[in-house]
Amino acid sequence: MNLMEYKYKDMIHRCFRCGYCKFPTDWSDITNCPPYARFRLESYSTGGRLWLIRAWLNGELEWSPNLANIVYSCVGCKNCVEKCPHSFNDDVVNMIIAAKTAMVDEGKIPKAVGEFLTNVQLHGNPYGMAAKRREDWMEGLNLEPYKGQEFLFYVGCEGSYDTRAQGAARATAKLLQQAGVSFGVLGSQEISDGNEVEMMGEDALLEDLAKKNIKMFTELGVKKIITLSPHSYNVFKNRYPDFGGEFQIYHHSQILANLLKKGLIKAPEQADARITFHDPCFLGRWNEEYSAPRKVLAAIPGAAFAEMGRNKKGALCCGGGAGNFYTDFLGGSEDSPARIRAREADEAKANILAVACPNCLTMLEDAVKVEGLEDKIKVRDISEILTA
Amino acid sequence: MSSIHQELVNIVGEDYASNRREELFTYSKDLGTSQPLWPEYVVAPKTTDELQAVVRLANETKTPIVPLGGGMTLAGLALPQQGGVIIDLKRMDKILEVNEQGRYMVVEAGISHGKITSYLKKNHPNLMHSEPGAPPAATVGGNLAIHGQGDLAHPYGFNTDMVNGLEVVLPTGDIARFGSCAVGSGWYTMHPLPDIGLFLGWNGATGIITKVSLKLYPCKKFRENNMFVVENEEFVPDVLFEISHLGMAEDLIATSSEIPPMMNRLHYISIINTGDSEEELEFKRHMTFDVQLAKYIRNGVGGIVSLYDERSRPQVSKSADWKKGGGFEYVGAIVPVSFYPECYRRGSEISGRHFIPYTVLGRVIGSCHSMMFSWSYAFNRADDATVKHARDALHETDELVMELNGTIWKPAIFGQKLMLERMDPGALRLMKEVKKILDPNGIMNPGNWEVD
Ligand SMILES: Cc1cc2nc3c(=O)[nH]c(=O)nc-3n(C[C@H](O)[C@H](O)[C@H](O)COP(=O)(O)OP(=O)(O)OC[C@H]3O[C@@H](n4cnc5c(N)ncnc54)[C@H](O)[C@@H]3O)c2cc1C
Ligand code: SF4
Ligand code: SF4
Repeated sequence: MNLMEYKYKDMIHRCFRCGYCKFPTDWSDITNCPPYARFRLESYSTGGRLWLIRAWLNGELEWSPNLANIVYSCVGCKNCVEKCPHSFNDDVVNMIIAAKTAMVDEGKIPKAVGEFLTNVQLHGNPYGMAAKRREDWMEGLNLEPYKGQEFLFYVGCEGSYDTRAQGAARATAKLLQQAGVSFGVLGSQEISDGNEVEMMGEDALLEDLAKKNIKMFTELGVKKIITLSPHSYNVFKNRYPDFGGEFQIYHHSQILANLLKKGLIKAPEQADARITFHDPCFLGRWNEEYSAPRKVLAAIPGAAFAEMGRNKKGALCCGGGAGNFYTDFLGGSEDSPARIRAREADEAKANILAVACPNCLTMLEDAVKVEGLEDKIKVRDISEILTA
Repeated sequence: MSSIHQELVNIVGEDYASNRREELFTYSKDLGTSQPLWPEYVVAPKTTDELQAVVRLANETKTPIVPLGGGMTLAGLALPQQGGVIIDLKRMDKILEVNEQGRYMVVEAGISHGKITSYLKKNHPNLMHSEPGAPPAATVGGNLAIHGQGDLAHPYGFNTDMVNGLEVVLPTGDIARFGSCAVGSGWYTMHPLPDIGLFLGWNGATGIITKVSLKLYPCKKFRENNMFVVENEEFVPDVLFEISHLGMAEDLIATSSEIPPMMNRLHYISIINTGDSEEELEFKRHMTFDVQLAKYIRNGVGGIVSLYDERSRPQVSKSADWKKGGGFEYVGAIVPVSFYPECYRRGSEISGRHFIPYTVLGRVIGSCHSMMFSWSYAFNRADDATVKHARDALHETDELVMELNGTIWKPAIFGQKLMLERMDPGALRLMKEVKKILDPNGIMNPGNWEVD
């Protein structure tokens, strides 16, 4: 790779490495870039990463597995975009994604990233599981396949295959049924949305997936889509139009908030609940939706709500973005972002850590267990709280 | 004995010690114009025990060590002049105690100023510390090691004047405490014990600061930036003197810069007034403008630019991106306030010679006892010619400070040499002795404040 081919060649030197981007909105801690929180070496900070990328591209440094790990440890949480004071801030994360693309083009990527991408390419999901198994989550729910209903409920790979995330998919589907929403699902026809693939720099695969999905959605007559995952929400809403896919996209938190408002579903009373909410990056910083999930939680009679210190624009990511729920570059330490987050939920004295993303759900549930907090804190998708 | 790298891993764990090229590259550079200098190892201890073990290892193996906080000096002061180990201290960032009535807080020295400000705002809104205008990642230890100044410089002086106690890891790895904490009486005062001022302002060349008791000050509910402007630079010292007479402003800064055009050749004086009520603020505005500065307004040579503006965290590093270049460095000097006009004129000449728009700033320290005057030079990180211009301009400015009889603040190695050349021989001898006694193996940030 050389610098001349890199899309941000006239920009990347502008990072001053001043480190504003290490902080959340309220400046309360220097650890709001998840890989920096985990490793605390400057190479893992946003600025360090950008300077390393530049050095690689201009030949100052050779590619190495360590360099690739550092670049791929970026979870695409966009805290840097939020905090960088410079006029190029919008492109900070894009500069990192473009470096991942350069590594993909050169075939120089970490093994786990290669596995993820190959699995998506071959099986339509990162786990390498059979398409048939995509229907496991639906068992006993009596769901209809999509055939022209008002909404397509797109579950996504985690909700379909991950045994814990399946709980959120099931709860959401039940709520939609209860409310009488007209919807259908794709079942084994569903394939990856491509969000993580893009965050990992595999542009061609994103394009391939997007075109396949758009073709399928269009042929089925889909107009409105409800997504379980904010990751799907993001890519459908912001990237599919680039490939000709214009659909009305809703995240399940938005639909649930609306159904509650209309009285079509009712939140059960939970007098002992003290809930805190972990903002998913692809709903929050990527799409500025902070209110819908909070509206859902506010509708629960009797429950108390407490924000964690870092919230909304300043939330610390769980560390699962950009495929890290699978590649796990940030695991294995008490400084893993998900474990920090679990402790923050405990500091907020919450007994329910609410999430609105299947990635966050699995990451944080594991973290709560490792922290030994599982007797104190339950991790629940907002849909699961409504069906409790 | 196993390798130094292995020993470091044994002390801090695998994740926090590296001899990989990517980490060494990252720590070989700072934000300014300095040429890269490569360490051999990077280590990030979490506890004082771990730090002591690292320092002991370095002392036994005569390996140079360089403490690093935020790495924000711009002047290459935490670059390893002679290789060795960079010790990144930012994991040592706990808040250990806040004594509200005693108005002090005890922190680990690797804590960022941003975190302290945020913590106080949330938990003790009536207290504040003096935060430098640096990016918020700047650490308490690093700032004290270079005699920094912050947003309480006008009433209370240098940040190093606001220390109530210190804990230091000596080059042997032993620990020493100074102030009342040394006699087990808590961290509430630096006095009245014999003065052992051997660590502040030393760039870590005599020891690594690990704990600090910081003095805290009343934080008023409201804070506003009132801006006054004069065209004639000769008026600036008197304007500052007049405002300073009131003893009311929390911070007092004069600036002038070629860009944006509305600042060109004009001198803006930012007066930060605070109050717990609108009456208090109104009284301060009245005393400042209707009384102390009335003569300037009456004579038509000075005017109020704005009142009531909110004071926000300075985002100074934006100036780094002039012409999308991504870099700047400045020379700071501690000079009498009366030097402002000359510093400004000569500085803008230097900038002109190097095709860089001039940017100067003077922050009052104490009741006009001195001022930190800075000359900033922007460069394009992707264009070596502009980096060289900035570097040359910085060297010329160091020499200018010497010519004007000023004192360079946080000098780069070049400026340190200029200062040592004219240092009083008695002081020079003592510095050499102190360094020899404390650091006989010369392992502590070698090259810094080094007397031949
Ligand atoms: C845009 C900008 C604005 C700035 N404005 C100001 C300002 O208003 N006021 C101000 O004072 N400074 C300012 N600075 C300069 C500098 O950033 C600050 O002084 C900062 O606080 C230095 O702290 P640091 O943690 O970054 O130190 P570092 O750069 O990490 O270290 C400074 C020196 O101290 C040594 N050191 C670091 N930690 C320790 C320790 N614990 N014990 C012993 N030695 C140690 C290092 O080896 C080095 O020699 C500014 C810088 C920038 C980039
Ligand atoms: S990305 Fe922006 S805030 Fe972060 S180090 Fe670079 S310039 Fe500073
Ligand atoms: S997107 Fe998140 S993880 Fe990536 S560099 Fe920015 S702050 Fe760090």
